[in-house]
Amino acid sequence: MAPVLKLKNITRLFGKGCPSCLESTGPDADTNVCSHCGTVVACACVSLDLYHDEILGIMGESGSGKSTLLKTLHFDIAVSSGEIYFENCADINLLTMSPFEKRRIRNFEMGIVYQNPHLGLKMEVSSGGNVAEKLLMAGWKNIDKTRKRSRSLLRETEFPVGRMDEPPKNLSGGEQQRVQIARALSSNPKVLFLDEMTTGLDLSVQARILDMLRSLQKRFHVSMIVVSHDLGVIRLLAQRTAVMKYGRVVELGLTDQILEDPRHPYTQLLVNSEL
Amino acid sequence: MTLKEILRKTFDNGYNFAFLDEGAKREIRRKILKAVAIPGYQTPFGSRELPIARGWGTGGLQITLSIIGTGDTLKVIDQGCDGSVNAVNIKKFIGRVTGVKTTTDTNKASIIQTRHRVPEEIMTEDQILILQVPYPEALRTVEPEETETRRMHAEADYSRMWLYLYEDIVRFGEISIGARYPVAVNGRYIMDPSPIPRWDIPKLDRADTLYLFGAGREKRIYAVPPHTEVKPLEFEDYLFRVEDFGDARCRRCGSCDTFLDEIIDDETGKRFYQCSDTDYCDRRTVDGTGS
Ligand SMILES: Nc1ncnc2c1ncn2[C@@H]1O[C@H](COP(=O)(O)OP(=O)(O)OP(=O)(O)O)[C@@H](O)[C@H]1O
Ligand SMILES: [Mg+2]
Ligand SMILES: [Zn+2]
Repeated sequence: MAPVLKLKNITRLFGKGCPSCLESTGPDADTNVCSHCGTVVACACVSLDLYHDEILGIMGESGSGKSTLLKTLHFDIAVSSGEIYFENCADINLLTMSPFEKRRIRNFEMGIVYQNPHLGLKMEVSSGGNVAEKLLMAGWKNIDKTRKRSRSLLRETEFPVGRMDEPPKNLSGGEQQRVQIARALSSNPKVLFLDEMTTGLDLSVQARILDMLRSLQKRFHVSMIVVSHDLGVIRLLAQRTAVMKYGRVVELGLTDQILEDPRHPYTQLLVNSEL
Repeated sequence: MTLKEILRKTFDNGYNFAFLDEGAKREIRRKILKAVAIPGYQTPFGSRELPIARGWGTGGLQITLSIIGTGDTLKVIDQGCDGSVNAVNIKKFIGRVTGVKTTTDTNKASIIQTRHRVPEEIMTEDQILILQVPYPEALRTVEPEETETRRMHAEADYSRMWLYLYEDIVRFGEISIGARYPVAVNGRYIMDPSPIPRWDIPKLDRADTLYLFGAGREKRIYAVPPHTEVKPLEFEDYLFRVEDFGDARCRRCGSCDTFLDEIIDDETGKRFYQCSDTDYCDRRTVDGTGS
């Protein structure tokens, strides 16, 4: 079956770049900074497929380029080079589309949950309004229907719906993440990007959110890319996992296999250090 | 007065006809044409210095000066009133630098420059209404950055405006915007109609008249050409409404279907209502249509 989302050689540099940037960085070079020009190679030549109903994990140490990759997929930041294909726009590299088309795809086919809720939510706008925004983008012109839909999404994420008219700045970290998830799901997207969404939450809240995500994934038939440096999160959610180091994917495979029998020395190190 | 006399008079005063030099007028007319071609789109223009401080209608004034000709009849109103100091001064100034006839009668004017009101009288295709605009950007309430509001217009990315209305309803149970009610022009651009009351918004929709908007300080011109759809932003279950004056009537002419100003008598402290459009009220009073 064709993938929902196909990434080809996604590369993002921070800096002016030079012809030696790629060869002088990466796991073998043991750095993501080009020794010739000082450019940071945040991610390079990342090719991945995301399939229907799949949760794909991405793990790797801090600075390995996980967030940068997700942000390029959501068009938050531009790529230096690479291609993204989406099943509904077969054969067209999304990155060549106009800002208008990109925004349409981002609003209706994608959802994102950031580690930092400040990136994903308008802190002064009511929580329900944050969820409603994508519906309003889609042209919903009925307040009652919009509120009903926002309320039901918030209920799905186990948010205390009685507080939907309060702004996220009043809410706890866990509650804010629930609002982000409800918002991300509001347009019935095909793909959801989750960046360290439970990092920093206490363990019981974390466990409940992860359970909730698993059931939402089934009910909404949404494919997900889950970024985490927490192997527990990856183990619980992801069927397949990619391991990143210095901007490169060093290992890709079934999560169980990667966690039980890692091939790449770096993955072995990561997995063993967790034990 | 003949054209020759007018020209002599203005050149004698040391001014070009209509004060602005021909180059400036040509540029503004070009920008007006662009604005008419893209209804609701804010066209930047090189705002000139005028012997009136910016923020006192210099945008509207420059439009008027650029399009006015010797055959025109001019009316100037401020909040519906021909007699306000501001309106009188602008009218005097334009009269002096052009020599055109002026009037207070909406029906007799070919060009009407106004601030904060659209006349009650339904205007015709032979007339042009020029509105003075203090803040041309309808999206400024939701976005402070000019580059960002331009992008939002370019991509018709208006969800934040709709979100603002949603929040307004959540907070106040209704859309609480009074003047400067945002409108969608020709199904495309969201536009600030200038600080006219909601009462005047329906008059912009598919009108016979050309509406020109000028913001001097912010150097923007925009337009609603005749027969263009102008729709106030609204939800199916929270519809746009004009001001409701209950059963109040104008104290002078008895009107109950015009935009009324509430006035408090200084001496008695009593409240009463009066037409904000003084010309309309005057003519109804003289006609005897009033009570
Ligand atoms: N705007 C930027 N300017 C310069 N360098 C950047 C920028 N954004 C990211 N980087 C660099 O790119 C690399 C990858 O960063 P990224 O945030 O993607 O890492 P990450 O894998 O998400 O790490 P973490 O687990 O700490 O969130 C890092 O070296 C980072 O310093
Ligand atoms: Mg990160
Ligand atoms: Zn380099």
